[in-house]
Order: sequence, then C-alpha cells, then structure tokens
Amino acid sequence: MLEVKGLKKTFDNNEVLKGVDLRLGKGDVLAVLGPSGSGKTTMLRCLNFLERADEGALTFLGAEHDMPSMKPKQIAEYRRHTAFVFQSFNLFLNKTAIQNVTEGLTVARRMPKAEARERAERALIEVGLEGKFDSRPNELSGGQQQRVAIARAIAADPDVIFFDEPTSALDPELIGGVLDVIRSLAEEGRTMIVVTHEISFARNAASRVMFMDGGRVLADESAHEFFEEQKLPRIQAFLNKIEREI
Amino acid sequence: MNERLINILLESFPKIFLQGILITIPLTLVSFALALVIAMICAMIQVANVKWLKPFVRFYIWIVRGTPLLVQLYLIYFGLPDLGIVLPALPCAVMVFALNEGAYCAETMRAAIESVPQGQLEAGYCVGMSYMQIMRRIVLPQAFRTAFPPLSNSLISMVKDTSLAANITVMEMFMQAQRIAGRTYEHLALYAETALIYLIFCTVFTKLQRMGEKKLNTLSGGSSIRA
Repeated sequence: MLEVKGLKKTFDNNEVLKGVDLRLGKGDVLAVLGPSGSGKTTMLRCLNFLERADEGALTFLGAEHDMPSMKPKQIAEYRRHTAFVFQSFNLFLNKTAIQNVTEGLTVARRMPKAEARERAERALIEVGLEGKFDSRPNELSGGQQQRVAIARAIAADPDVIFFDEPTSALDPELIGGVLDVIRSLAEEGRTMIVVTHEISFARNAASRVMFMDGGRVLADESAHEFFEEQKLPRIQAFLNKIEREI
Repeated sequence: MNERLINILLESFPKIFLQGILITIPLTLVSFALALVIAMICAMIQVANVKWLKPFVRFYIWIVRGTPLLVQLYLIYFGLPDLGIVLPALPCAVMVFALNEGAYCAETMRAAIESVPQGQLEAGYCVGMSYMQIMRRIVLPQAFRTAFPPLSNSLISMVKDTSLAANITVMEMFMQAQRIAGRTYEHLALYAETALIYLIFCTVFTKLQRMGEKKLNTLSGGSSIRA
C-alpha cells in the first residue's frame, strides 16, 4: 500500500538518510528500532513531508510520486489519508479534547459537524477518555494527551498511521496505558509505522521490525526473525544493551 | 483655594472631558483599529515569509520606529502640502497614528505568532489542514492571547500620544486645555486637571484589559502562572 524507494535526506552536510527503502502492506505494523541519531524520526517525518526528502520515490494507493517535487496540493491530499502521532503530542492548545479530534474532520475534510462529533466521541471512547471530551490539553496528563492525539489520528480512519516515539515523553507509569491503546489498534488490523524504543512493544505488537543505523536500514524482517533468529552482531549488541538496561 | 480657581476648574472640566469623548477617544480607537490591520498584514507577511513583500515591511518598520512621532506628524501635515498634498488635520492625525502604531504592533504580533510552538503547525498539517486554516484556527488564537497585554499597552500609550495632535491643530483634549489655560493663566491647575482626565481614560482601558485577559484565559484554558 505504501512503498518508498531510495529516500535520502541531508541537513547541512550531514547525510541523515542514505537511501532508505520501505514497503508496507495493508495491516502491517512496522516497528522501527535503532540507536539515537540513526535517522528513524527523520525518516518518519519525511514520510509525512514534515521534512522534505532530497530524493525518494513514494508509491501510495497505486500512484507513484517523486518526493522532492510533490506539490502542496498533492501533499495535503496524501496527508488526508495518513495520520501522525508526535512524541510531544502537539495537541491544539486552544481546543478541547473533542475539538482536537473534530478539527481535522470538519475543517480539512469538510465533514458535517454532527458526523464529526459522533466519530470523535467514538474515537475518544476507544482510547479510554469518555469523561474527558471537554478537557483542555493543560488539564490532561501526558498519557491522556497522547491518547487524545491517538484519537485524533484514528478518527479520520487513515490508511496508515505514523507514530514517532509515542511514549518517549511520558512518565514511566503512563507508558503502559498508551502502549495498550496502540497495541489494540494493531490488533484491529490498522496499518502503522511505529518508531519506538520500547523493545517489548515491538516484540509483542509488531508484525515486522526494521532496524536503522547511521541512516541505513540494517534489517527489515518479521518480528520473530528479528528477535529470535537475529544473525547480525550489530543488532544483537543493540538488543543486549537495551535488555540489560531493562 | 479661592473661588475663582474652583469655578475655572468646574467650568473647564466638562469642556476638556467632552473633547476627550468627542476627539481623543475616537481618534485613539480608529487609529488603533487601523494600526491592528496594518500590523496583522505586516506580521503575516513576515511569518509566512512572503519573499518579495518582506523587504518593504522591514523598511516601513525601520523608518517608523527610527523617527519621532511628532516629526512624523509635522512631516505629513506641514510637509506634504509642499508637494501639493493637503490633508485635513484630523484624517492626517489618524493616518500618522495608525502608521506609527502599526509598525510597533506588527513586531508585537510577529513575536506572539513566533512564540506558538512549531508543533502546532505540524499537527495542523498532519490532520490535513492548509497553512491558512492552521493560522486562522490554531496559531492566531494562541498568538492573540500572548499579544493581548502588549497590545493593550500600545493602546494605552496611544491615548496619551494623541495629545501630540494638538500640534497640528486637532482640537483634542490637550488643545482645549491649552486654550483655557492661556485665557485664565491657571497653568498648574489646568494641566493637572488634564492629566487627571487622561488618567481616568487610561484607568478605564486598564480595567478593560484586565477583563479581556480574564476572558481570554478561560477561552484558552488558563495557562497563566499563579503564585
């Protein structure tokens, strides 16, 4: 459904992505692992054009696009089929929880207000926030804010959801709740890419795991192959190091 | 205090106050409203980085902030007639005040917009909104909360700055006070009285600012620091 070939990105002489290929089928849950600075987040941001790729071909829903030259209109259309969950939530601070969810539906997709409201309520209930419809972001905990952000992402029923380290900014005791929500989305069959440091999440919820290092993809295989039959010493060392820290 | 002085004060107070209601306040409000329009346009041009317009905006702000308001008034009212452009005093004052305050408010608004976190814009893009939609619905409402106190400051300054219009024959509060003072020779009393009337007007605006801030705080969920 979504395919990227030869994705490259350089920031001021620093080549962060050195040609990344990625293929996502419907219902795939791809966990992206790798050390800090490996280019995971940049890759994800390029996938939703928050950063403009220097090179790369994107095939989405059957149409192929040259990423550096895609027009704003095409990008806006593509974004209406995707959703993005940020590490720092980025809820609209001047809107209530439910307005955060309806905003993209009524304004960007011109959905009737009543229908948007109904969808938003369903999405907020799905992430376990039925009592918080009218709360402002500053009245919610980090975990609750991130769940509103997830509700905002799923309300439009996107073809693919991008998660950028969705639990990295949370207090330890709030991480579990958010991961549970993301896991249940995976079980529903939603297509997602999750950049994360949560190894156990990748192990339990992902169908595939991609490992990045130094702007390249070192591995892209099933979660079972990645964790149980890992042959690359670089990745074994990474996994050992993380598991020791836990 | 002798009876004559008391009579002069009692007679002059309504006259000066009336000029305030009739000229000073309308002059302030109209000029400030125009200034906000100018400021909004200039701030957006800078924030949205409209390449070919930005140098003009920077030039305008540079000129206005680098020259005294009184000189600007003289330049337009007494200077432009040399080029055959004659403007009546009151419109001339409105124009100069609006252009002058517009430059300062443009910087206030630019700073307020830039203080809204980049993530708000990115989140807007990611739910499929356009740049203008994000600006109108997400960024500007938040920026307005930040800009409101400094903009109120500018408004209150402007109430007092309009006294400069007396120099170009606008019959506002201060000019009225000058005339009465000149006739009665009671300078201390008259100018103290005038100062008091300015203080009354500014106090009203200050109260309005407080109310406005409270209202905005409830709208934006109250993000203020409390001791």
